[in-house]
Amino acid sequence: MAKQYETVIGLEVHVELATKTKIFCGCTTAFGGAPNTHTCPVCTGMPGSLPVLNRQVVEYAMAVGLAANCQINQYCKFDRKNYFYPDNPQNYQISQLYLPICHDGYIEIETGSGKKQVRIHEIHMEEDAGKLIHDEWEDCSLVDYNRSGVPLIEIVSEPDMRSAEEVTAYLDKLRLLIQYIGASDCKLQEGSMRADVNLSVREVGAEEFGTRTEMKNLNSFKAIGRAIEGERARQIELLEEGKAVIQETRRWDDNKEYSYAMRSKEDAKDYRYFPDPDLLPVNISDAWMNRVKDALPELQPQRQERYEREYGLPAYDAQIITASKKMADIFEETVALVSNPKKVSNWLMVETMRLLKEKNQEPEDLRFDPENLAKLIRLTEDGSVNSSVAKEVFEKIFTDDIDPEVYVTEHGLKTVNDDGALEEVVCKVLEENSKVVEEYRSGKEKVLGFLVGQVMKAMKGKANPAKAGELLKKKL
Amino acid sequence: MAEIITDETIDYVSILAKLKLTEAEKEDAKADMQKMLNYIDKLDELDTSGVEPMSHVFSFDNVFREDVVTNQDDRDAMLANAPLAKDGQYKVPKTVE
Repeated sequence: MAKQYETVIGLEVHVELATKTKIFCGCTTAFGGAPNTHTCPVCTGMPGSLPVLNRQVVEYAMAVGLAANCQINQYCKFDRKNYFYPDNPQNYQISQLYLPICHDGYIEIETGSGKKQVRIHEIHMEEDAGKLIHDEWEDCSLVDYNRSGVPLIEIVSEPDMRSAEEVTAYLDKLRLLIQYIGASDCKLQEGSMRADVNLSVREVGAEEFGTRTEMKNLNSFKAIGRAIEGERARQIELLEEGKAVIQETRRWDDNKEYSYAMRSKEDAKDYRYFPDPDLLPVNISDAWMNRVKDALPELQPQRQERYEREYGLPAYDAQIITASKKMADIFEETVALVSNPKKVSNWLMVETMRLLKEKNQEPEDLRFDPENLAKLIRLTEDGSVNSSVAKEVFEKIFTDDIDPEVYVTEHGLKTVNDDGALEEVVCKVLEENSKVVEEYRSGKEKVLGFLVGQVMKAMKGKANPAKAGELLKKKL
Repeated sequence: MAEIITDETIDYVSILAKLKLTEAEKEDAKADMQKMLNYIDKLDELDTSGVEPMSHVFSFDNVFREDVVTNQDDRDAMLANAPLAKDGQYKVPKTVE
C-alpha cells in the first residue's frame, strides 16, 4: 500500500505597518516617490547617524499582538542581524531576536473539521530593505533605498497548519485582524503583506517532523495554494525515491508552478546577532499596555455579529461585507445616511462586487464617498431613476465618485413621471404593434413584457417600467 | 579554558567580515582573538548569580520619535557619498538572487 503523507506548514508573515514615517528616522513611507527621494543618513546607513524608534511602531506591534492573544515582553530590545547585501546599506538589519515584543499567541481558524488554533511563536519589529533593480545596459545593479527602514512586523507561527486551506484561513484571519486595527492595509499583491512558507512532509502518524524548506516570493492567496501543493509533491517524490529533502530556501515561480533553490546571499548563513547599542531598550508599562488594549477597535467577528443583530443582515451578507474593513466602513456610513441596510448591502454585494471583479481590484481599493451611494439609493426610492439607470449611475460613482443628483440631472436620466407623456408613448406603441396587441387579447399575457420594453425604448429608458405596464394593461 | 582560535576559525570569520588577510595578519588576529576569549574566561571567574544581564551601558530607556515626517528630499546630498551612481540610484556590482 502506498504511504500516506501529512504536510506540516508554518508561516513567517511580514506586514508593512501603516505609519507615516520610517521606523528609525523621519523619512516618509509614502509609495511611488522617485528613487532615493525618501532617504536620509539613517536609512542609508551613513556612519555616525543614530536611529530613534518611532513610537507608533511599538503601538501597532503591541495592538496586533494583543489582538492575536499574545504575551507582551514588556522589556524588549533590538538586535543587529549581520549580512552583506546591497539592499541593506548598514550591512545589518535592525530586528529583534532575543526579546521580541510579542510571543506565545494564537489565531483561531475554521477548518473542515471545526475550529482550530494556530499558535503564534512570536511577533517582532524590524526594518525593511531597499530595492535592487538589475541594469541590463551596464550589467550592474541599481539600488533605491526608499523602502529601506520602512517598519515591518514579522509574525512567526508554529508549524500548526496541515493544508493550503488552513494556511489561507490563517492568513485571512490575520489580514482582517490587522486591517481592522488599522496597522496595515495588508495587500499581498503590493507587498504590504508577504508570506514565507516553511513546509515539510512526514508519514501520517510519525512523531518527528521531516526536513523543511522555506519558500519565498508568494504574492497571492492562489500562488500560496499552488506553491504548497507543488512543494508537497516535490518533497514526497524525493522521499519515495529514497532521497533526502535538503533544508534550503526556495523561490516559487508561479508561472512555471515550480520552486527553485535560491543561491545563498553569502558564503555562510551566520547572522551573528547582537544587541544594537544605538537603540535603547523599550520598557512597556502596565498602563501603556492597558491603554493599547482598551483602544483596540471592534474586530471582524464582532462586527459581523453586530450587523446581523443590529441591521438584520443574513449571516452570509454580513460575512462578505465585513471581509474587508473598507467595505464594512462604507456600508456603515451609508446606512447611517439612508437607514435601509438591506438595500445598501445589495448595492455592495451585487454591483460593487461585480465591478471589483471586472476591474480586477480589491475592496480596499474602493474610493467612492458613501454619501454618493446614499444619494443614489434615495433617487431610486423616490422613483426618480429606475433600476437600470441606477446601475449605470452607480458605475460612474464606482469609477469617478460622481454626485448622482448632479449627474442624473446633467445627463437627463430622471424617470419621466409626466403621465401625459407616458400615455402618448403607450398609445403609439399599441398602434405600431397591433399584431402583438391581438396576441395579448387572445390570452397570451406574457407579451406584455415586450410592450413594456418598447415603451422603455421609446422613452430612452427614462420611464418607470411598473407604471408603463399598468397603463398598458389599462389601455388593453 | 577558553576555546582555541584555530586557522579555520580565522578563515571563517574573515569570510563573514569580507576581509582578505595576509598570513602575518592572520597570525596577529589569531593572537588578539585568543586574548579576548581568555579575558572572557577571566570574567567568568566572577560570581554573577543574581545580577541582571546588561544589554546597554546607559540606565535609561524609552527614547522615541513621534510619527511625523521631518525629512525632505535630500537625495543628491545622500548620493554624493556614493562611489558610483546612476539615474538617482546607487550603482553596485551586479547581484544575483
